[in-house]
Amino acid sequence: MKSFSYIKGVTTLELDREACIGCGICTTVCPHNLFAMQEKKAATVNPDLCIECGACSLNCPVKAIFVDAGVGCASGMINEWLASLKISKKGGASCC
Amino acid sequence: MDENLPGFITWHPVDAGQRIPVISPQLTFADTLGSWKARWGIGRMSYLVPPGLYAIGAPDSASPVVVTANYKMTYDLVRSALKGRNLWLLVLETYGINVWCAAGKGTFGTGELVRRIEACGLGAMVAHRELLLPIMGAAGVKGIEVKKRTGFNCRFATLRINDLPGYLDAGMQATREMRELTFSLKERLVLTPVELVSSLQTALYALPLLFIGAATGSAGFNLVNGCHAVIVCLAAILSGALLSPLLLPWLPTRSFAVKGAITGALVSAALVYHLKLATTVSVMAVLLSVTAISSFAMLNFTGSTPFTSRSGVKFEMRRALPLQGGALAVAVAAALVWRLM
Repeated sequence: MKSFSYIKGVTTLELDREACIGCGICTTVCPHNLFAMQEKKAATVNPDLCIECGACSLNCPVKAIFVDAGVGCASGMINEWLASLKISKKGGASCC
Repeated sequence: MDENLPGFITWHPVDAGQRIPVISPQLTFADTLGSWKARWGIGRMSYLVPPGLYAIGAPDSASPVVVTANYKMTYDLVRSALKGRNLWLLVLETYGINVWCAAGKGTFGTGELVRRIEACGLGAMVAHRELLLPIMGAAGVKGIEVKKRTGFNCRFATLRINDLPGYLDAGMQATREMRELTFSLKERLVLTPVELVSSLQTALYALPLLFIGAATGSAGFNLVNGCHAVIVCLAAILSGALLSPLLLPWLPTRSFAVKGAITGALVSAALVYHLKLATTVSVMAVLLSVTAISSFAMLNFTGSTPFTSRSGVKFEMRRALPLQGGALAVAVAAALVWRLM
């Protein structure tokens, strides 16, 4: 995304280029266009833009992409944490 | 589904076992008011339309099928963007949540899409086997599995609803812009009311206590002190939930907690100046509390942006939460000392 980027070097995104069959679905579903086709296989050109939404790994037909997908939302994560401590009655990791 | 659903015009002539409403692409005042209320968090969690198949214009068996969520605001934006076209709208049950959040939760997902295709008898309504989905839905919908289970091919079309007409006109081809997220000032501004409302709801419990605590000093009841304390608290929330999101691209560093702290420090400096605070404890109390609250509120805004990640938020939270908590604790201690002076 132009002019916006978040904390660098923390993404859990991993692409196994050996397993990639070059279908290109990851280049279609990634909302930040961080994949590109290089030598008929996918490559991550800008992994720091990853928001870990999980669209690529979910849609990859050969499970060549791993990402610890989830919502990047502080209140969601606090709710998740409270729910795990069984303090909050609301539960769930949702804020939206 | 009945005739009371938003935008209902008539029933579609083709009746494949169940009635399909033809809906108007024209939004009414009630729709605009409804969106405005949802933006302010009023009844937002129950602002929805029934899931199912809808018709826009006069679609036939060759018309495209657009898939969306049953959040009423989403439904309204989609139908108004598709004015003058003939197509089918397949609305999934996302319990009134937008596409992106619902995809993250899995309700805008493979299972629901497959179920809805079957429940609506979509296979009998159209001759082709293509679905147009929002790109943000890809986090929940596994295209190859939908294809395997229903025969329908999922095309992840555009990110924004407004790009859909251009995509359709270009023979279902997306330009790079249609696939690239933006987060403009206007896009940020519309998200701030709900942040403000939810922060204020939390503050509502603290404000009366704060007012009484600040107003009752050693010199008896002081209304001005109480009001000042409330103003400081509200300024902190405005700083973190409105000012910081708007200033987002211009605030230094990538960290939202730091961005919020910077705005908070500036706002608190203005407060210190305006309230003519002179003692060390009073300055500390205002500076630290406003900075901490602003920082926390801005950290919460990560959930509203389209470019933050779970790992990034975790990274920030581990470092920022202890500092915010510590600063607030010191601020409260300073305020107590200030009051006893």
